[in-house]
Amino acid sequence: MAFFFEVVLGGLLAGVLYSLVALGFVLIFKASGVFNFAQGAMVLFAALTLVRLMGWVPFWIAFPITCVVMIALAFIIERVVLRPLVNQEGIILFMATLGIAFFLEGFGQTVWGSDIYTLDLGIPKDPMFILESVFDGGLLVDKLDVFAAAVAGALVVGLALFFQKTKVGLALRAVADDHQAAQSIGVPLNYIWLVVWSAAGIVALVAGMVWGAKLGVQFSIALVALKALPVLILGGFTSVPGAIIGGLIIGMGEKISEVYLGPIIGGGIENWFAYMLALIFLLFRPQGLFGDKIIERV
Amino acid sequence: MLYRETGQYKTSYSADQAMFPILQDRVGLVLILIVAFVGVPMVATQYTYTGILIPFLILALAAIGLNLLTGYCGQVSLGTGGFMAVGAYAAYNLVIRVPDINILLAIFLGGGISALVGVLFGLPSLRIKGFYLAVATLAAQFFLDWLFIRIKWFSNYAPNANAPDLVIFGVSFSSPLERYLFVLTIVCFMALLAKNLVRSRVGRAWMAVRDMDIAAEIIGIRLLHTKLLAFAVSSFYCGVAGALWAFVHLGAWEPLTFDVNRSFQVLFMVIIGGLGSILGSILGAAFIFAIPILINQVPATFGMPISTALAAHLEGMIFGSLIIFFLIAEPHGFARLWQIGKEKLRLWPFPH
Repeated sequence: MAFFFEVVLGGLLAGVLYSLVALGFVLIFKASGVFNFAQGAMVLFAALTLVRLMGWVPFWIAFPITCVVMIALAFIIERVVLRPLVNQEGIILFMATLGIAFFLEGFGQTVWGSDIYTLDLGIPKDPMFILESVFDGGLLVDKLDVFAAAVAGALVVGLALFFQKTKVGLALRAVADDHQAAQSIGVPLNYIWLVVWSAAGIVALVAGMVWGAKLGVQFSIALVALKALPVLILGGFTSVPGAIIGGLIIGMGEKISEVYLGPIIGGGIENWFAYMLALIFLLFRPQGLFGDKIIERV
Repeated sequence: MLYRETGQYKTSYSADQAMFPILQDRVGLVLILIVAFVGVPMVATQYTYTGILIPFLILALAAIGLNLLTGYCGQVSLGTGGFMAVGAYAAYNLVIRVPDINILLAIFLGGGISALVGVLFGLPSLRIKGFYLAVATLAAQFFLDWLFIRIKWFSNYAPNANAPDLVIFGVSFSSPLERYLFVLTIVCFMALLAKNLVRSRVGRAWMAVRDMDIAAEIIGIRLLHTKLLAFAVSSFYCGVAGALWAFVHLGAWEPLTFDVNRSFQVLFMVIIGGLGSILGSILGAAFIFAIPILINQVPATFGMPISTALAAHLEGMIFGSLIIFFLIAEPHGFARLWQIGKEKLRLWPFPH
């Protein structure tokens, strides 16, 4: 039984990491209806920038600089890509973000190099045991995963406060609700998009930090975006809590399937299992668990 | 002036329903076919066939397949690579497990099996729409990827198998030229079929579903039937393309060649070429396939030695920027550009 809980706990903590990436997707989709495939590339780019800057300056200087870089990136994307494509269909915008992804992956690695860098955040990587009083021998967890969970929690609380309590957050919700209505009461759309892409950039930075500390900063970080997609459809494209709960479900399902199902049907199933899980959920709730209800009228 | 249909009267129903009603289009098509079948073989080198023309034609076929699904029926799919893999592996298994099977038959049966798999993964499209569906089709992609790598039966317990000699009805297609003509014939035939299909009742039903599926349902189009048929036909095209890719282009089976990047590549072709256009699929395939080759040639031409890693990154950057540039310049792709060009040509060289 302790082993089962250990698996579940490991899955939940891994799920938090997926949620971090999915959050960036949700922010942008909610406010601009753009399905941003470049989120993975943004995670890679942010992590590369941070880790190379940390080669010269300490973390507390490198972090704000990287934030500024991500905001600048958001500004450029909004100006160069999104503004000329205003009012185009969703799929065209999706393709444009794929273009951004190609560009950023190439650009990041041209500027910062494509070696594997280790990102040391000063968190001990050694495993620790918890709940030793409940289970014999306790449950084995990775301290880094716990740290990641704490970061994700803080980020969600921060984003929730930002959305609910600030004026910009109110404008964001207005834009998410209806672009035209928001514009007609004087919400500057371009500015809002800049804010959203900046927020997504900073979420990408946090995700890049955690993933980078876990895996090392390398190209494969960009591929975590593919891991975040099932989380996204499971939780719903438009829901921040959905991204978190979806991440937890996917993470847990993935670990349990890997441990209990993997040996039966052969290894390597984690690549598609999450998608299948999400697909089954979708058959019952086509808009995801927490997504806005899709109402269609003729 | 040159491109004006004045004086071309349609005096019968069949003339009215002709696929290319304008004389200039027919002449142009015949010219292109002559160039493709006769002109190209006179100048092309070995490398042009194996490195450029054959893969381009096969990918154009896959792009036509995806365009039927995404451009005409409005169902975004990211599983193209997976369906190509099904076609390739099904054809392979038919060849090694069924004695004396005609390879042409195996290729098309491979497409047929791919169509069945496509229908299976198309089932969720009845409930799920838009980007949710796009992500859901990634499930097909990753599952099929895994299937062909992990389940050894499909690859006949050999890590990479070589294709048998391409002998059809006693004719051997072994030289690059013969292979090129073989692929070209299949692609022309299937493109023509697709062009006709989208003008038929089926194609019009697809377009109605694309524009608004609830409205289509109300006017009596069976959604289940229509959407699944789109998935089946699209997967058939992709499956045949996959089988050709393995038999004719690679000459071997390699699961990694059908990964998710292939799906994105074909989707790019469809979008850049133009959604809902057969011609667009072919133009898009040419563009997307040619760009990386051209980018690779540039530094060598100027004698700039750059490392392969840097070249790959630069290629990504340039490719990404070009995609964005083209989307901004003409979001509806080459097909739309050609349409605008035709409008202009009607008057040219006169101002009015």
